[in-house]
Amino acid sequence: MFEHYLSLFIAAVFVENMALAFFLGMCTFLAVSKKVSSAIGLGIAVIVVLTITVPVNNLILTYLLEEGALTWTGLEGAENIDLSFLGLLSYIGVIAALVQILEMFLDKYVPALYNALGVFLPLITVNCAILGGTLFMVERNYEFGESVIYGFGAGFGWALAIAALAGIREKLKYSDVPAGLQGLGVTFITVGLMSLGFMSFSGVQL
Amino acid sequence: MGIRQTLDNLEPHFHKGGKYEKFYPLYEAVDTIFYSPPDVTKTTAHIRDGVDLKRIMITVWLCTFPAMFFGMWNAGWLANTAIANGYESMDGWREAILMLLAGGHDAGNVWSNFVLGATYFLPIYLVTFVVGGFWEVLFAVKRGHEVNEGFFVTSVLYALILPATTPLWQVALGITFGVVIGKEIFGGTGKNFLNPALTGRAFLYFAYPAQLSGDSIWVAADGYTGATPLSIAFQNGMADLSSEYSWWDAFLGFIPGSLGETSTLAILIGMVVLLWTKIASWRIILGVFVGMVATSLLFNLVGSDSNPMFAMPWYWHLVVGGFAFGMVFMATDPVSASMTNPGRLIFGILIGAMTVMIRVANPAFPEGIMLAILFANLFAPLIDHYFVQANIKRREKRTGAVAEETA
Repeated sequence: MFEHYLSLFIAAVFVENMALAFFLGMCTFLAVSKKVSSAIGLGIAVIVVLTITVPVNNLILTYLLEEGALTWTGLEGAENIDLSFLGLLSYIGVIAALVQILEMFLDKYVPALYNALGVFLPLITVNCAILGGTLFMVERNYEFGESVIYGFGAGFGWALAIAALAGIREKLKYSDVPAGLQGLGVTFITVGLMSLGFMSFSGVQL
Repeated sequence: MGIRQTLDNLEPHFHKGGKYEKFYPLYEAVDTIFYSPPDVTKTTAHIRDGVDLKRIMITVWLCTFPAMFFGMWNAGWLANTAIANGYESMDGWREAILMLLAGGHDAGNVWSNFVLGATYFLPIYLVTFVVGGFWEVLFAVKRGHEVNEGFFVTSVLYALILPATTPLWQVALGITFGVVIGKEIFGGTGKNFLNPALTGRAFLYFAYPAQLSGDSIWVAADGYTGATPLSIAFQNGMADLSSEYSWWDAFLGFIPGSLGETSTLAILIGMVVLLWTKIASWRIILGVFVGMVATSLLFNLVGSDSNPMFAMPWYWHLVVGGFAFGMVFMATDPVSASMTNPGRLIFGILIGAMTVMIRVANPAFPEGIMLAILFANLFAPLIDHYFVQANIKRREKRTGAVAEETA
């Protein structure tokens, strides 16, 4: 069991890295990677949100949306109800609500972290890596325990990638990029080259 | 001083307003190959050192020579042995040159092996040098920076990590990608974050797996298939490997593989010079070695019934595949590696550990070190960042002064 979770985690971090294997969450990935400190702040926020939303959406899927999920209510004919067409709507709603609650919670009880994260926290709502995490969970039929590990692993991999990108971009401040490529242009190429480095994991069977 | 005079006579043409003003970087490159640059420091902060980038790069270049010459002999020896065993030789102009200079295929004849190997290595190197040099000069002329000797190193390293049978047009494509995308768009030597030679090699590897991986590419004889020691170990286990090749075969280099990577001994000779001249960081080399040993011991300990690579001991990891070559020449690239001393150790350990991980756990790539180094290159700036920050904090504590925000 432990081994299964470990390999799931490693696969989520490296083999199926959200940013560098699936290119999800690109907008924030590119926009908030100029400084290592802020990149890590955002990375932690993504880890937290993914670790919470993926399991919560897993519960919603298992107990509300799947075909026959409503059997526990005891209503007549409940086992025939299939609400999975509401999936996308519910997931993004859950993500938005959770991020909002998390924000209020942090504001009240952990103001230091709240201030450190600043605007990134609400921004995460529209980060496609978050929704992507949930949709992968649905597609691969993870059970609850797996979804916790997967959510954490996917967030961790994304955070690792953005921290590395920020490190590289800080170093690239001193490079001499042609005028036409400065800024985002060279960042795109950088991300492409990073993804080449991460290809060492493609094909790993765990 | 004939050369100096010729160069001096030519110089005015390359200065501003001269006939060949645009080609000044080219003139400067030729000039500084023969003579030390006349530039002197004009402002404060004087560092006096006999070694400059140019000498460093030339030294590294010379250090690859043992591996290079052995690689040529080895490529020819493998091909001649296969041909002696009844395989057809690859006809064409290589055959003609061999007949002209050495008189025929003979695996027992050093000269015949060497000439045949050279007909494979030299065209690859030449194409690398001409195509890569073209991009280098083009960017230097267009963007007004100097042509840097770093390219000598990039080109020779790139040529040495290719299999002997690589089609020449792919050689050209790979070095183009490595030099342009891996280095020049960031502004040239010292400003890139990936090793350009490895970038080009990895590009080829993923773009043309048919010509750059598998069992039939290592020996230049028609229809011959022979697995590298690494893939033998991966497919059939350690017992098969040690019955086919002894450890000493692998250490001395009598095994199939990419051109320059086969002989661990020849590479170690280069390493001694690099370490003695302090060009390569001993911390990185030590880190790679320690990381490899630790990870392979861990895998030995865990063990596996289905995957024979788990059982490969560390002294075999050292001599098969490109491990030694990557450790000595690729990981120590001063530009793309970590630059803080403790960071170098960690950077090295990361490479060593990742190499063994990829070799053992990834069935898609029998060779791990190339990708491991690229992977570690991505994290080198981040590792540095933390050590620099820790350093700043420590000094703050000691002096009480608040340093400027440097991040």
